[in-house]
Order: sequence, then C-alpha cells, then structure tokens
Amino acid sequence: MAKNESGKADIVPANSAEATGTGVVAPDAFANPGLPPHRPRVTDLDPKAAKRAERVVYVLFYLSIAASVFAVYAYMFFPIEPENVHSVRMNTLYLGLGIAFSLLAIGIAAVHWGKAVMSDKEAIDHRHPVRGTEETRARAVEIFRESDEESGFSRRTLIRNGLIGALIAFPLPAIALFRGLAPMDVDPNNELKHTFWKKGMRLTRDPQGTPIKASELTIGSAFQVIPEGLVDLPEHEMLDAKAKAAVLLVRLKKEDLNWTSEERESWSYEGIVAYSKICTHVGCPVALYEQQTHHLLCPCHQSQFDIANECAVIFGPAARPLPQLPITVDAEGYLVATSDFTEPVGPSFWERAN
Amino acid sequence: MRKNMSESKATRRNGRRGPLASVALILIGLVATGGAYAALSTASASASVDLSSPAVIDEGQKLFAANCSTCHGQQAQGTANGPSLIGVGSAAVDFQVGTGRMPMQMSGPQAEQKPVQFTDEQTKALAAYVASLAPGPAIPAQSELEGGNVSNGGELFRINCAMCHNVAGAGGALTEGKYAPELKGVAAVHVYEAMLTGPQNMPVFNDLNLSPEEKKDIISYLTYIQENPSAGGLELSNLGPVSEGLFLWVFGLGAIVALTVWVTAKSN
Repeated sequence: MAKNESGKADIVPANSAEATGTGVVAPDAFANPGLPPHRPRVTDLDPKAAKRAERVVYVLFYLSIAASVFAVYAYMFFPIEPENVHSVRMNTLYLGLGIAFSLLAIGIAAVHWGKAVMSDKEAIDHRHPVRGTEETRARAVEIFRESDEESGFSRRTLIRNGLIGALIAFPLPAIALFRGLAPMDVDPNNELKHTFWKKGMRLTRDPQGTPIKASELTIGSAFQVIPEGLVDLPEHEMLDAKAKAAVLLVRLKKEDLNWTSEERESWSYEGIVAYSKICTHVGCPVALYEQQTHHLLCPCHQSQFDIANECAVIFGPAARPLPQLPITVDAEGYLVATSDFTEPVGPSFWERAN
Repeated sequence: MRKNMSESKATRRNGRRGPLASVALILIGLVATGGAYAALSTASASASVDLSSPAVIDEGQKLFAANCSTCHGQQAQGTANGPSLIGVGSAAVDFQVGTGRMPMQMSGPQAEQKPVQFTDEQTKALAAYVASLAPGPAIPAQSELEGGNVSNGGELFRINCAMCHNVAGAGGALTEGKYAPELKGVAAVHVYEAMLTGPQNMPVFNDLNLSPEEKKDIISYLTYIQENPSAGGLELSNLGPVSEGLFLWVFGLGAIVALTVWVTAKSN
C-alpha cells in the first residue's frame, strides 16, 4: 500500500477512526452516518450470474472486433463511385454503423465489466494536506531570492525592462495581420449602402440573366430578378453582389397599389413593382409572395410585408419596409432601374442613419 | 414406364380431356375477357376529349350551372363569393377540379385538396366550357411534361419555387393558415397547370417567365427527387431544421440520458 509523507496509508478502510482530512469538523454537527452498508450484487452471490456477466463483457469485445472488420469490409464493398451521388449513401451508412458499433461495444463492455465483474467494495481515499511543511516553504522562498540574485532581474533593470518591452511588442504583428482581413481599399460602410444597381440597368431573370419586358408580366406574376451584367462577374464577386441586389418583381392591378406620394408612385410601372428581397430584419431572402393577399413573408422570423402598401411591415420583427427599386421601361419596352436603391438594403448596421 | 407413356399418349389421341383442361380453359376465358375489358376501359379514359366540340362545351355548361354557378355566377362572371372565371382558361379548371380543390367544400384560408368530385371527362367538359368563354392558358400536352433537364430544373426550382414549397418539394407554411402544398405525388400535368395559372395565392409563372422548356425541366427535377432516394440518408420528411432538431432532441438526448442513467446506476 502506498504511504504518504507522514507515513499514513493513502487508502484507509471505510469507517476508520483514523480518517483525517483537511475539512473543518464542527463540534455540533450531525454524526457522520458513514457509507451505507455494503450490499452484495447478484454476481457476488451467484457464480452463474458472475459467469454470465463475464461472458457478456467478452462477447461485446469480440462484437466490437467484428464491427471494426465490418466497417473495413463495408468501405470496400460499397465504394463511392464518381458521378454517382447515391453510392455515398450506403458507403457512409455501413461504414458509420460499423465504426459506431465497434466503439459503443467497447464502451458498454468496459462499463459492464466495471459494474458487474470488478470488486465493488467501498473505500475512502483522503486528500493529502495541501500546505507544505515549514521547512519546504522556507526553502521555496529562498530559491526565489537566489534566482533573483543570480539572474539580476531586480538589479539589471535594463535587461528586465527590455524583456517586458519585447513581450509587449510581440503581439503587434498579429494585430496588423487581423487588420488586413478587413476589406481592402473600400469603405465597408459605403459597401453596405450601395448595390450593383445603376441608372438604366435592365432587370434580368435569375439565373438566366435575360432582360424582362413589361409586357411579359401578367397580373399575379412574380419574377426573381438580378441586375443586368451580374452573371458576367467572376463567381465570388457575383455572389457578393447578388446578396445585396436580389429583387422580387411582381405585377398587381394598378388600383390595388396605395402610395404615400407621387414620387413613390413614379417608381412603379403600370402596377409593376420591384422590391429588395433582403429582409430588413437579419437579411434572409424574402420571396414567399402571396398573389391574392399581396403579402410577402420572410421564412426565417415570419416578418410580413404588404406589397400593396409600399411593403410596410404588417407583422413580425422587421423594423423597416423593404426598400423599393425605382423602375421604368426603356425605348424597347424592357424594364430598367432608374437608380440604385434610395436607402441601404438589408438589416440595420451601426453607421446606418435611421 | 414405357407402358405408362404410351397409355397417356393414347388418351390424348382419343380426344379425351385431362382433368385440368376445363379449369385452364375457364381461366383463359376469364383472363381474355378481363384483359380486353381493362384495355378498352383505359383506352376510353385516356382518350382525349375534344375541348372545342360544341357537344362537350354544352355538357360542361350544364355541369357548371349545377355545380359551380352558386359562387362563380351563371355566366362565370363571378359573385361576391367567388372570382370571375372568364379568361382563366382550361388549365386553371383542370387544375382546380382535377385535384379536387373545386368545388370548394367550405370557405377558409385556402381551398384544400380533397377527393376528386368529377370524372376525367366531366372535368374536361367543364374546362372546355370555361375555355370557350374567353381565351386563356390551355391544358398542356403530354409531350410538354417529360424528358427535361433535371439539373437546370433543380436550379430554377430553388430560385422560383423552393422558398414556399421547400427545396425538396415538401411544402411549407404561409401567412394566416395558408400553406404551400407538398409536391410529392402531384401529377406532372397539375404542376404544369399550377405554374401556368397561379392558383389561389401562388404567383403566376407564365411562359414568358418560365418557358415551356423550363417548366418541363422543373417537372423532371420533381420527378427525379421523388424517384431517387436522398443521398444523405433518412429524410425526416424534408421539413428542415425544426423536425431534424426535434428528432435529435428526442432520440439523441434520450439515448444520452438513458446511457447516463445506466452508467451511474448500481449493479444489482
């Protein structure tokens, strides 16, 4: 049995009078009831049950081996064929089941071994006293003093201050590196306030990029729209631009649309209106359009906008109406934007005016 | 052996029938009659109804007056209870009546699908009558429904349809009790007609928005995802993160709790 410094046994039997710890013993406390009496298990009393528990444990270990072998076999027997997405299904399913069962069987066997087969006699293991002896403590202080003297940390102030300065300067390159992750040569604030739309740019179908004539919209139609020229951008830039410029184009009966001003009305064309698809709440694409109620629903947090009333918020957490894209038709009858959105699209940000 | 064989040959030559012969004869007779009947009846069901024939239009008008005019008006001009059907075309009628949405059972957030009330011929007759009132979108031909480009259809579906109908066509909720129905098991012709006419709150996707070719692609995509199992395994109805999260909460956490209880329980 292991002994500690004071020569006492590390592990002492339960209910031992010798048991001492670091805890403060209150004089008027309840008497420590100690551990409940030891209750033998079935496997302690019945040799047959013990044998059975042993068998369960080693059978589980063997099953784990079998499952591991099965996983290797499944990986080879259900290969992933290129061009066939569905081959992935069986491959991952059986490989995963094999690996999962082999690990689970080891775990269950180990726990069962510990619970049913190993001895379960209760024992108390007391903590060592944390405080060192006076001698040790004095020596520790001495070591500190000696080190300081030998290194001259307190005496050679130039070296000490140099070290402190070097440690402070060391993280500076990291700050510069992280600063470099910010957009280069562009003002992020400006980026949030403008989109790809420009005056005279045609409205085109998503994803084909073909222009749309006003005559092609029948009452109740809904077109998913991207700006002209967007599809010609490199993919990454295209996606960045699309995330802000996506527009829903719908046609209602002209008399169904209510306007707060002549100017706002001039942003529509014969009942055709174009609204940003980016929710003003947290920027989900709002495109669940109900043509009879003229309601637009955002699927993320159930904000509802009324297209008949300048996309006013009628329900949900969105704070502002969806921005409207001012449109008209060009000489050939194609729908064009008369400007960019007149306010930033999407959710609020720090520098947004309102 | 030889004797036996010669005996059986002799029986056949004598013209006497074996015991099973009459049973076989009856079976052949039944199969032939049944088969012919089945062939004839399917032939008559799929026989195209001539939507421009005056007799069919007349039949449709009678059906309309008896079943639809209460809400849509005697001349299909519309009333306070139902919209005008002038100019909606045969495609709209075939969709609404052919999927059982019309005649409507009761008013509510939307007309729901229910068992179809009319035979195919009666539906076509109603469509013929409504189409005769004013020109409108027509029922598509079978050739417009098959053999599209699945990957292009998938992209168009995700852009134009998936926000309401779910990326796997499992349907989804709209506002105030309305919903976009599930698209699994919906006939190709009905999907096509729905895009063309924009039934109820669904927007219209006319042929200038999604060309007939593109509509065919979308239908091919829907057919493809129904016929091919998901590569990702168990779909959980494709209802998205809510159903998947609930599944994990119930079964995943349940299993963890059960294991924890088992690990910490004393062996008996």
